[in-house]
Amino acid sequence: METMQDEIIKESGGLPIIVKVLSFMLFMILVFTGIANLLPQVEGQAPKDIKVDLGALTMESYIAMGESIFKGKGTCTLCHNNMGRAPDIPVMDMEATALERLKDPQYKGTAKDSESYFRESMIEPSKFIVAGFGKQGETSTMPIIDKAPIELTEVEMGAVIAYLQAKDGGQPTVELPTDAPAVAEKSAASAEPPKPAETAEAVLTKNGCTACHAVLDSPATIGPELKTIGSRLSKEEIRESIINPSAVIAEGFPPIMPPDFANKMIVKELEMVVDFLYQSKAVDSKNSETKEPEKEVSNENDTPKHTETVPEPETDTESNTEQKGE
Amino acid sequence: MFTYIKLRSPLMSVFLLLVVFSSLTLTTELAWSADTIIETAEQAADATIEKKAAPRMGPSDYRQIGSVSSRAFVWVVAQLHLFLAAFVLAVPLFVTVIEWIGVKTGDQRYDDMAHEFMKVSMTAYSLTALFGGTLAFSLFLLYPTFMAYMMEVFGNQVMVYALLFFLESGVLYIYYYSWYALRYGNKKYVHLSLGVLLNGVGTTLLFVANAWATFMMAPSGVDEAGVVTGGIWDIMRGPLWNPLNLHRFVANIAFGGAVVGAYAGYKMLSARTMAQRAHYDWMGYTSNFIAVLAFLPLPFAGYWLMAEIYAYSQQMGITAMGGILAWLFIVQAVLIGTILLAANYYLWNGMSRCEGSKRYTWLIKYIAVTLVGSFLIWVTPHTLILSAKEIADLGGSHHPLLGPFGIMPAKNIAVNLMLIGTFLSFQLYRRSDKEITVAWAGFGNALMAAIYLVAIANVIFLGVYYGYYTNTVYKVGSSVAQVMSTLIVIIAGVTIDTMMFKGAKNLPVTWGKISNRGVYALFALPIAFTWLMALMGYVRSSVRTHWHVYTVIKDNSTDNFIPNIGYAANMMTVATVAFLILILFIFWVASLSETRQAVPVQKSEQ
Repeated sequence: METMQDEIIKESGGLPIIVKVLSFMLFMILVFTGIANLLPQVEGQAPKDIKVDLGALTMESYIAMGESIFKGKGTCTLCHNNMGRAPDIPVMDMEATALERLKDPQYKGTAKDSESYFRESMIEPSKFIVAGFGKQGETSTMPIIDKAPIELTEVEMGAVIAYLQAKDGGQPTVELPTDAPAVAEKSAASAEPPKPAETAEAVLTKNGCTACHAVLDSPATIGPELKTIGSRLSKEEIRESIINPSAVIAEGFPPIMPPDFANKMIVKELEMVVDFLYQSKAVDSKNSETKEPEKEVSNENDTPKHTETVPEPETDTESNTEQKGE
Repeated sequence: MFTYIKLRSPLMSVFLLLVVFSSLTLTTELAWSADTIIETAEQAADATIEKKAAPRMGPSDYRQIGSVSSRAFVWVVAQLHLFLAAFVLAVPLFVTVIEWIGVKTGDQRYDDMAHEFMKVSMTAYSLTALFGGTLAFSLFLLYPTFMAYMMEVFGNQVMVYALLFFLESGVLYIYYYSWYALRYGNKKYVHLSLGVLLNGVGTTLLFVANAWATFMMAPSGVDEAGVVTGGIWDIMRGPLWNPLNLHRFVANIAFGGAVVGAYAGYKMLSARTMAQRAHYDWMGYTSNFIAVLAFLPLPFAGYWLMAEIYAYSQQMGITAMGGILAWLFIVQAVLIGTILLAANYYLWNGMSRCEGSKRYTWLIKYIAVTLVGSFLIWVTPHTLILSAKEIADLGGSHHPLLGPFGIMPAKNIAVNLMLIGTFLSFQLYRRSDKEITVAWAGFGNALMAAIYLVAIANVIFLGVYYGYYTNTVYKVGSSVAQVMSTLIVIIAGVTIDTMMFKGAKNLPVTWGKISNRGVYALFALPIAFTWLMALMGYVRSSVRTHWHVYTVIKDNSTDNFIPNIGYAANMMTVATVAFLILILFIFWVASLSETRQAVPVQKSEQ
């Protein structure tokens, strides 16, 4: 190190150093805060208790409840997806898969049919480890579903079994619970009450239509606006676009509408929605039956959506020691 | 266990805590010995403690101060306590090392600098205690039932924490105030021993407190109902305890280095003489060196923590990395990118202190391009936020060209290249003031260059081939090999340089000869570190989702949801700005001790 000099440093003009330094630091803090505020704003809601009226439960609503739990409170899709952490149940024919696994020499359980296999795999997941998954192939990484933190009840596990049996066209063998009142928990993020909705507005809200379409109070522009849909489409066309959305894609919109509303809605709900939308016409064409082709409704000034999208899981690096389990 | 301590002597508690401390680095055999001791103690404790299940929390178990959210209040107070605690625990760690370097080299300036670092942290110590007390009162006031359960579980361990705090205070004051009384000869070794004791106690304090956090994340020593089934050692030794201990220990050093770096930077900018400017330039350089040196292995400590979280609960791991919290990692990338860019910028500016650096300046532009390019790849999100028109124009939600940069393999390449680039800047800086004289210098340089080239090629090849052309299993596995490539560069670089520097001729260094603009990097670092600590603390806490103690006590308060990142960011900013104000106060108090009022001039009698 060179010898230090006692040379006096001349004061530079301008703002005091403390002001410059603090301004720089506060600017940086604001930049970080701003970036975080620009990202999609999603809250993680805790499951909430809801009453399930077992007396009014139908097999259809029980299956729907199972699907809701599978995607919500059960957190099954956290691992059972196409990311390779666990078998991709949503695209597998689970009824057929269950029967194949029961014949597998590696199977160590006592189940005799798909219903008992599904129940067993939720309570004792290590009875059968799918090849390529599990810790050293011996212990499943799947949590025990009736224990914390998931804590599904018997009724809820039955609903999931019904869904797994029915999702690929199979006939559920699980019996509807009737004898005891149950309290099921349900994530606020998933909306699938067992009873049919009473109004068209409730159906639209329940099925999440407002997330993508401008309808009711929603200004969303991901899908075509529906506030004047009655001016453009006939009842039959509206019905078809709900049941089979990929049949005709509105110009300028991506083909991302879920194709399973026909399975989710009961007939009464579907007809209520069709009537409601058909009556939603533009002011200047309310008395006209003229139908125009679907047109793009978004414009250059559309603001980006900040509420729905979350990034696809990108956990590969961090999940290096992660073992796959069914 | 603590009945045992009470029956024997206070010294036994110190011994047991040293066993706890040692077990982190020693083998399981030693841990077995600790188990044996503790088991004996537990038998005595079991006779008197009635075991209770965890409470089921209802609205009456939560309190509020006016309309202030209890979670928000505790959040800010806890964060400030953690910031200050990290600072005061970290400073003595590197101060003792610097003091030891002073002894070994006989250069008194190291000793003076170490003393000045300690002086800066002394006021912070009192503030840490004040915020710790406020945090404890807040928790007992706002979450009484939950805290009652925590006391049930940890029992007398909290009193050991208090005892350690007394010990820490005593040793700290003796260490600081005896600095000049124990400065030379054998007395200096007594002083150094005090430093080692201070750090032993401080680190044990950290580890004891970490056990509370990791118990809430991954409880151990209790059954499903929350009934205590094991001793305090079983409760503390959860699956995440050691990973968090290591991560916080290393992160604290990086954080502490960055904060004192800002102190040195400010003192340098406001220096009135060249001598002062040179002194604080050197102090700033040392602080930056400490911060960056501790920061480089931090990703690997973080990697271990996340791996253990996945091993404990895949669901918890995915919640952190692939679920609702995933967007936070984009912000993390911005912060770590800022830290690396600032650290490199400071090193490049600092090279102007030495004429010998001219040999290497041609490399800086390549490092800069690599760092900026990698940074941009790192912050590229996978799923873009788009309007319908934009989705239609793109032909999907992923950009055809930039989309591949959004996935993890691209980010693995980017992060590893940034770490390698930073180490190269660091290595060039260290070589700037040396003229290597060993006979094999040419071979050594060629070997070092070859290691860099092979490592960079390996990182890119593994990321591209296994990341894009094979399935997930290989993609995950290849990231380990990438990290190993980076580590090999760092270890080989340090080893080869150490050997090559033997007998090297030292070139002149002009301290203080760095642009003021370069010094501002010393202010960017602590801000980014502070905000990053707040962010990662939020992630660590949020992975418990709606549980106070994961799987044992549900959070049934009105705040039992994971807030969105905007709200969380605002909370982090409140905590960071408050910490900035406190640090200014700490620096001001430290400077105040140097200020002397001029002797009043006696007025002559009329």
